[in-house]
Amino acid sequence: MSEPGDDGDNRARSIALLRMMERIRAFEKQAILAAERDKLVLGAIHPSIGQEACAAGIMQAVRRDDILLSTHRGHGHTLAKGADPLAMFRELLGREGGCCGGKGGSMHIADFNVGMLGANGVVGANITIGAGAAHGLKLIGSDRIAVDIFGDGAVNRGPFLEGLNWAAVYALPVLFVCEDNQWSATTRTRTVTAGEGAGARAAAMGLPVTTVDGNNVEEVAQAADQMVARIRAGNGPEFLHAITYRQTGHTSFDQAAYRPEGEAERHKREDDPIMRQRSYLQEMGVSSAELETIHAEAQAEMAALLKEAAATPFPPDDTAFTDVQDIGSPAKEAF
Amino acid sequence: MAEKMTYVEASREALREAMQSDETVWCLGEDLGRGSVFGQYLGLQEEFGPDRVVDTPISEAAIMGAALGAAMVGTRPVVEMRFSDFALCATDELVNQIAKARFMFGGQSRAAMVIRKPTGMWRSSAAQHSQSLESWYTHIPGLVVVCPATPQDNYSLMKAAIAADDPVVYFEHKNIWGMEGEVNRAHTVEIGKAAIRRAGADVTIVSWSDTANLAEQAGARLAEEGISAEVIDLRSLWPWDKEAVTASVARTGRLIVAHESVRAGGFGGEVAATIAEAVPGARIRRLGAPRSLIAYAPNLEDQMRVTVDMIAQAAREMTND
Repeated sequence: MSEPGDDGDNRARSIALLRMMERIRAFEKQAILAAERDKLVLGAIHPSIGQEACAAGIMQAVRRDDILLSTHRGHGHTLAKGADPLAMFRELLGREGGCCGGKGGSMHIADFNVGMLGANGVVGANITIGAGAAHGLKLIGSDRIAVDIFGDGAVNRGPFLEGLNWAAVYALPVLFVCEDNQWSATTRTRTVTAGEGAGARAAAMGLPVTTVDGNNVEEVAQAADQMVARIRAGNGPEFLHAITYRQTGHTSFDQAAYRPEGEAERHKREDDPIMRQRSYLQEMGVSSAELETIHAEAQAEMAALLKEAAATPFPPDDTAFTDVQDIGSPAKEAF
Repeated sequence: MAEKMTYVEASREALREAMQSDETVWCLGEDLGRGSVFGQYLGLQEEFGPDRVVDTPISEAAIMGAALGAAMVGTRPVVEMRFSDFALCATDELVNQIAKARFMFGGQSRAAMVIRKPTGMWRSSAAQHSQSLESWYTHIPGLVVVCPATPQDNYSLMKAAIAADDPVVYFEHKNIWGMEGEVNRAHTVEIGKAAIRRAGADVTIVSWSDTANLAEQAGARLAEEGISAEVIDLRSLWPWDKEAVTASVARTGRLIVAHESVRAGGFGGEVAATIAEAVPGARIRRLGAPRSLIAYAPNLEDQMRVTVDMIAQAAREMTND
């Protein structure tokens, strides 16, 4: 792990990690405003506020042409993979020019140009799909890898066992990431999970497991770098268990009253990944003014993009019937 | 030039040819190296190797989900579900993921694949290995549903299904694996086009899968009695050939839809309702299984069958008055 006082490359990388986290948070804060204040986002959004270190740390370790499968809480992963935030905002608002043409919304954001093959509205469903993407890559002799991110709630679903077993049996180039925010929707995961949980289950299937403090972006990034290098070298799948914390409710509308009083506040105060990286950079000698500039630039970027997205029209009505199927297409015969 | 093939050989030949001409085509499922349950893959692993004819764990959700991921990076999987009943273990993967991957990502993705589901009653296999659930999949936008009934169609439609850029749910009937017929490798079939198995003027009998073979036998029997039945094998249920059926019923004025699956909620209801709207005054009958379960004992299993006699009797009754 990088220590304060390392050379300029490390400093630049650490700043880039902070900048990405700031951009993710600014994106989601704007998205929440757009949902609650402006009523521009109509469907549910699932913020990853407090979990940005996972997105920033892992995605810096992969290439643009590597594959990503994500979850309903996937804005951060998608942005960090390199997706265009304007197209993402348009998607959240259901507008023309959204990355999915306004057909998917927050829970189905995908940007195939940067290898992001979809967020998923079904918990755990992306695990087997990501394993399959890696299977396809191996079959065609590609050196690309897949990153398959899911939450702690997913480890109690069947596809967790089926997908990990599959990847291990065929020695596929896939990095599984359990981004453990400790909550399965509105239930504390450990109260409904037997045994030692995610890492132990993955280890039982023979996957090398690395556990990290998922709110320490430097630690996440370093672990991801090493794991991705091994996976790309053909050593088979690995499992990253990143322990983090969901600072918001399950959706932006969920006040999370089921949580013990003070729990979220304590995490925000003491364990926020952005705050921690700012402190780390300050120790490294980065000035408060520079940190403030990074913060302000992210805010300004996302506020401007949301405004631009809101000025975009809704998609043409007839696109409700396009891209369903070629044979028996509803474009010819919807009813 | 036509050659003799069985139903199981026909789709195997189609798959073999597709794998020879396109190296992105591969298949995955349980026990494929040993040919799978019914010999559908015999010899293919020897020819194409274990990476393209993949023996999988008994893990339907992973088989189906992995096929989607692999399709999204540009390969063309052929998924084997062993028995259509077992595909229910992968319902989310098929219905929520594969069927929607193209639309909900705004057309960025295709899910070009064939999902093979051996279907129907076969030798006292009881309630979990005998069902005909094809109508379920017609209800899912995004999916193509194909039900071949002859060796020629199993050859030509398998080729069309592998060539399609859509996910094709492909029902092969377990009772006719050994059915022999002439197969012309040059003969193509467009998915969505019915086959007129027998031309006739008095009554139209619409069916698919193995029941289409029973309908053809009923048509022959009726001809001996002086009743001219037109027998239409839909061959695919989505899309289905409304034009052919409408044109036929417009001439005959009578429609019988017969299928092996449970009558209530069966696709026969969709055909009947569509024709009732398209051909006012048409008389319509539906034949399907009672809404009960398929049992092991042969006499109980038989209670669930739509037979040649039942189809012929329905035609007699309709043409009598």
